[in-house]
Amino acid sequence: MAVKPAAPPTRAALRSRRARGVWLTHAALILAILIISAPLIFAVIKSTQTSSIVLSPSLLPGGAFFQNLSGVWEDAHLGRYMRNSLVVAVCVTAGKTTLALLAALAFVYFRFPLKGAAFTLVLLSLMLPTEVLIIALFDLVSRDLNWANTYAAIIVPFLASATGTFLFRQHFLSIPTSLADAARIDGCGPLRYLTHILIPMSTNTIGALAVIQFVYAWDQYIWPLVIMQQDDKQVVQVGLRKLIEVGGQTDWGAVMAGAVITALPPLIVFTALQKQFSRGFALTEDK
Amino acid sequence: MLSPGRARPTPDAAENAVFRGRALPWLFLLPSLLILAVFIYLPALQTLRLAAYRANVILGTEQFVGLANFADLLSSPAYQQVALQTLVFTVLTVTFGLLLSLGLAWLASRPVRGAGAYRLLLIYPYALSPAIAGTLWLFLFNPEIGLINQLLGELFGVRPRWLDTPSLAFGLVTLAAIWKGLAYNIVFYLASIQNLPGDVMEAAEIDGATPAQVFWRVAFPLLSPITFFLVFTNIIAALFDSFALTDILTRGGPYTGHAGATTFLVYQLYQDGFVNFKTGVAAAQAALMLALVAFVTWMQFRLGERRVHYGS
Repeated sequence: MAVKPAAPPTRAALRSRRARGVWLTHAALILAILIISAPLIFAVIKSTQTSSIVLSPSLLPGGAFFQNLSGVWEDAHLGRYMRNSLVVAVCVTAGKTTLALLAALAFVYFRFPLKGAAFTLVLLSLMLPTEVLIIALFDLVSRDLNWANTYAAIIVPFLASATGTFLFRQHFLSIPTSLADAARIDGCGPLRYLTHILIPMSTNTIGALAVIQFVYAWDQYIWPLVIMQQDDKQVVQVGLRKLIEVGGQTDWGAVMAGAVITALPPLIVFTALQKQFSRGFALTEDK
Repeated sequence: MLSPGRARPTPDAAENAVFRGRALPWLFLLPSLLILAVFIYLPALQTLRLAAYRANVILGTEQFVGLANFADLLSSPAYQQVALQTLVFTVLTVTFGLLLSLGLAWLASRPVRGAGAYRLLLIYPYALSPAIAGTLWLFLFNPEIGLINQLLGELFGVRPRWLDTPSLAFGLVTLAAIWKGLAYNIVFYLASIQNLPGDVMEAAEIDGATPAQVFWRVAFPLLSPITFFLVFTNIIAALFDSFALTDILTRGGPYTGHAGATTFLVYQLYQDGFVNFKTGVAAAQAALMLALVAFVTWMQFRLGERRVHYGS
């Protein structure tokens, strides 16, 4: 009947167990981070080496980064690809955020018929990734709309955001209704309420979402690959593939410089919004 | 945040309907609904229609064939092989990707000095695109000039043909996909671990539970909602995001049996739709993938209701 509980460890035993654990934790984390970062560190080092040693196993950084970069920036049109990707990613991020804010405003602060159906329609779009729609989308955009080789083709189809609408709705629901009541009584309309009250109160959610959406738009690959048959509006991810193929003999130092530069804009956005990103992710827990 | 269970998509139950106006809410919804209708739902319906035709987008020909495209696909040894490869790839990346991310997020959440820096270093690879991942791995594992083979050659005298050997190429793509997915999963696990009730785990530890027991008996069940959500997003990522990675790293090759060893469903769809211009067959593949995604989503909601511990 009597099951003896194991004697609880003394404080000293707990402490020594913890101390050993701490060193193991440090060792495991450092090892993991080194392994995870290795391909990136490798790319950064190789992007600085001259073409004479880039193919050797040497891992000593050189000073040829800008020389490598300038080789592909103009000749392989990396500069143009980067500009195209920036235009697309900024437009998609701004557009998605705006449309999602407006949609969430309607869903939270209005009562109207078919609201449930409209919300389901927005959420269900999560189940329809571009890759699945690509055949029909290609027909629609290139033949019916005649948008092939335009920015519109890689911006407009991606402006609606189920994730954004969902997140903003969740966030708006956590803001006390009394605030909106007071605003309305003071004669403040919904749009003014959105711009003056809701948006300033949603900076963390907006920041977290902006990171996700910028990275998503920046990483687009299959759709630009099929819809952009001409090179002048192509995005940088597909451009990378062209850098590798250029002329049969790949200049790996230049390709690595291109890869490093391609990784920079999302890194900058991520670093700039890191605080909002972390906070935005714990937001619904009220932390 | 996005985890299931916390927020149910029932807008009627939760609303602060404050502002009035009949047309106004529709006006705010119009841009989103219009984009979704034209660029998501219309193409989805069109895909289902095209799947019943033998069509060529370049020649502009269309001929109704009913379910023949589906019958051809499902009985084709090449497509069966591609489907099986996709399944194995998905199971491997999701399982090992999630186990690794959970372990690392758990370690980086321990109250050790510099944990903040560790966390940041673990999640910044989120900014790397699948195409960049493919490019880096292509150079690293290049049989002749790649660093890996130069090291292996020096140390062990072996230089595996990573990209030409079916099993090695498959393993390499799987490994690269796991590597690429780690940061995303770690972000979500870190956020969830931070929200775990610290007192419960402290109590378990004081009652004599070993760290392993605290992890598996206390933390792991409490993390099941986020694990469940990540299983779903990772399956979708393995099915779709693998395209850029394989396109750059292996081009779907090397050929083995009836198809390329790293040709997965999306890559096959792209090949048939935009290289071979078999629009109808590609649309049928898209319809099958649509059914697959619908099935995964349905499973998530169904199993999620029953199996997952959501707390009180």
